[in-house]
Amino acid sequence: MKAFEKITALVAPLDRANVDTDAIIPKQFLKSIRRTGFGPFLFDEWRYLDRGEPEMDCTNRPLNEDFILNKPAYKNARILLTRENFGCGSSREHAPWALEDYGFRVIIASSFADIFYNNCFKNGLLPIVLDAETVDSLFQEVTEGYQLTVDLQEQTITTPSGRVIHFDIEPTRKYRLLNGLDDIDLSLQHSDKIRAYEQERAKRAPWLFVDQEQET
Amino acid sequence: MEGCLQALTGYHSCVFITAADRRHNSFTESMSGKTLYDKLWDDHVVFTENDGSSLLYIDRHLVHEVTSPQAFEGLRLSGRKPWRRSRNLAVADHNVPTTNREAGIADPVSRLQVETLEKNCREFGITEFAMNDKRQGIIHVIGPEQGATLPGMTIVCGDSHTSTHGASGALAFGIGTSEVEHVLATQCLVQKKSKNMQVLVRGTAAPGITAKDIVLAIIGTIGTAGGNGYTIEFAGEAIQALSMEGRMTVCNMAIEAGARAGLIAVDDVTIDYYRGRPFSPRGDLWDMAESYWRQLHSDADALFDKVVEIDAAGIKPQVTWGTSPELVVSVDDVIPDPEQEQDPVKKQSMINALAYMDLEVGQPITGIQLDKVFIGSCTNSRIEDLRAAAEVARRGKVASNIKLAMVVPGSGLIKEQAEQEGLDRIFVEAGFEWRDPGCSMCLAMNADRLEPGERCASTSNRNFEGRQGYGGRTHLVSPAMAAAAAITGHFVDATKLGE
Repeated sequence: MKAFEKITALVAPLDRANVDTDAIIPKQFLKSIRRTGFGPFLFDEWRYLDRGEPEMDCTNRPLNEDFILNKPAYKNARILLTRENFGCGSSREHAPWALEDYGFRVIIASSFADIFYNNCFKNGLLPIVLDAETVDSLFQEVTEGYQLTVDLQEQTITTPSGRVIHFDIEPTRKYRLLNGLDDIDLSLQHSDKIRAYEQERAKRAPWLFVDQEQET
Repeated sequence: MEGCLQALTGYHSCVFITAADRRHNSFTESMSGKTLYDKLWDDHVVFTENDGSSLLYIDRHLVHEVTSPQAFEGLRLSGRKPWRRSRNLAVADHNVPTTNREAGIADPVSRLQVETLEKNCREFGITEFAMNDKRQGIIHVIGPEQGATLPGMTIVCGDSHTSTHGASGALAFGIGTSEVEHVLATQCLVQKKSKNMQVLVRGTAAPGITAKDIVLAIIGTIGTAGGNGYTIEFAGEAIQALSMEGRMTVCNMAIEAGARAGLIAVDDVTIDYYRGRPFSPRGDLWDMAESYWRQLHSDADALFDKVVEIDAAGIKPQVTWGTSPELVVSVDDVIPDPEQEQDPVKKQSMINALAYMDLEVGQPITGIQLDKVFIGSCTNSRIEDLRAAAEVARRGKVASNIKLAMVVPGSGLIKEQAEQEGLDRIFVEAGFEWRDPGCSMCLAMNADRLEPGERCASTSNRNFEGRQGYGGRTHLVSPAMAAAAAITGHFVDATKLGE
């Protein structure tokens, strides 16, 4: 997994609440059996004026010039600023894949949907929850060329005026993201504990372990 | 808890109570009982890290074609094998056609995804119900139908509507593809425990009010983010009165209230449902399982972090009007005015929704004309749903303005049962199309979809922009309400139809 440490980057403001995963990456793109290549289709129905289809070439598609990511000033944004309940809806990891593939590394919102929040960390994407008031203040400040510095180690966001905003993150998630660790490797280090749990559970709930002999 | 209960007396339609955070009160913690969620969680913890994240054992992993290919590819690249093959059950449901299935899947991209699932299941030794197997169907329908998802289990799937299985007193939630790979490889997930919320639906719902109306009313009350960070236990007389099918409809939409998992306590309805299912335990093992399952309810003195009460008697047939399930009203209401909304963010969402849905403030819901009707999805495609829709469909013919009214059963076995009951003939004679099982127009990954501007009465779970097709407009309703909309051409109170 990609590690995340510190970034100073342009901020794109997406001033909407309840941005759902169907909006982030529409379902027709979920037919892909790969993990990559979703970036050009990020926010497809908002970003383009035509209907997107998998594997199409997006270079000549008609753009919705009003959409924030199509404004030249926000083209290279790496930080997305948005509102409450970002990523609600489906569990599709294609949503963080699309955001990451597009180039985003940080999403700041007043809240996230639980599954989406979880999925971000598996893909080197840092979701930051700030209180609604602070999010509001950032929306008021953000203009073309507005940059923020996000430091995961220090758990801080620094604004151009030097204001430092602290954010919370669970220590385990922080550690894994800072080091780009593979979750499966870490869990498999506890194989003995998983086996011990299974043995103990098989005594309590033997009906779940009747197929045991066909395993391995 | 007593203080909590006292505070609840004298409520009108609904009351929010936020109990003091009991995690800060070790005395309360040690004195109070466990919630159903606490019990299920504690039973599955392999170990807990210092920061509170736990390795949680997963009893059942459901797999479908959309969110698994990259996970299997990950296993292959790292040379790993499934930890416990028999705990996985796979089926293709999102991309499968609902007509002329013998001809295979026309769309090559969809076909590749379904074939990839078959190939992966063969390679890794995982049981899969093939597209032409009559046990095939929507993963959240066939899990309980087969007894593959049982009370007391932890159940995950790369699909947010996994919350459905919580209806049987199981801890069930959706996961992303990285977690699919993690479960395949370790039979565990790294999780942090959620907070406990109880939604109490008090009293008796009026005749004709369905599980779908109840859950839409709940979402309308707590909002689509109301359950973020919580596991919701649905309780109260109106929930206990529901069949297993109805309970699945309620838990299915817990995610639409922001909660990854919804739960309902085990009772006789649950036990009777699971007796004799193909994957259910038998003989002595059944007896053992039953006595364990009967403990799967919240203790009388359990404390919840948040309690929401809703009066069932006040719930009318529900219709969503916007592009989020929380934008819902009763069928006899009108389109609400964003100017009345105090919260600027919510107000803007309402304005956006009005524009996308092409509706006017003050317009009566019953005046909304429809183009298509979809009865199906993991929310409402079970036998009880089809019976309720057929009961309405038998009273008329699909209206002339409805271009397509389709019924998509949740599984091949439900389709078979419906045909034995003659429901298919009722639908076909009324002008509905009777299809093969799959997710279909709930999310339009197969050929079933809305065209731009088309308006649909749908028994599915999401009314997001473009969900049922690019530019399509979705109104979420119960099966009876969808059928009534089909035969009248517009929304109408299904409980009063024919009066």
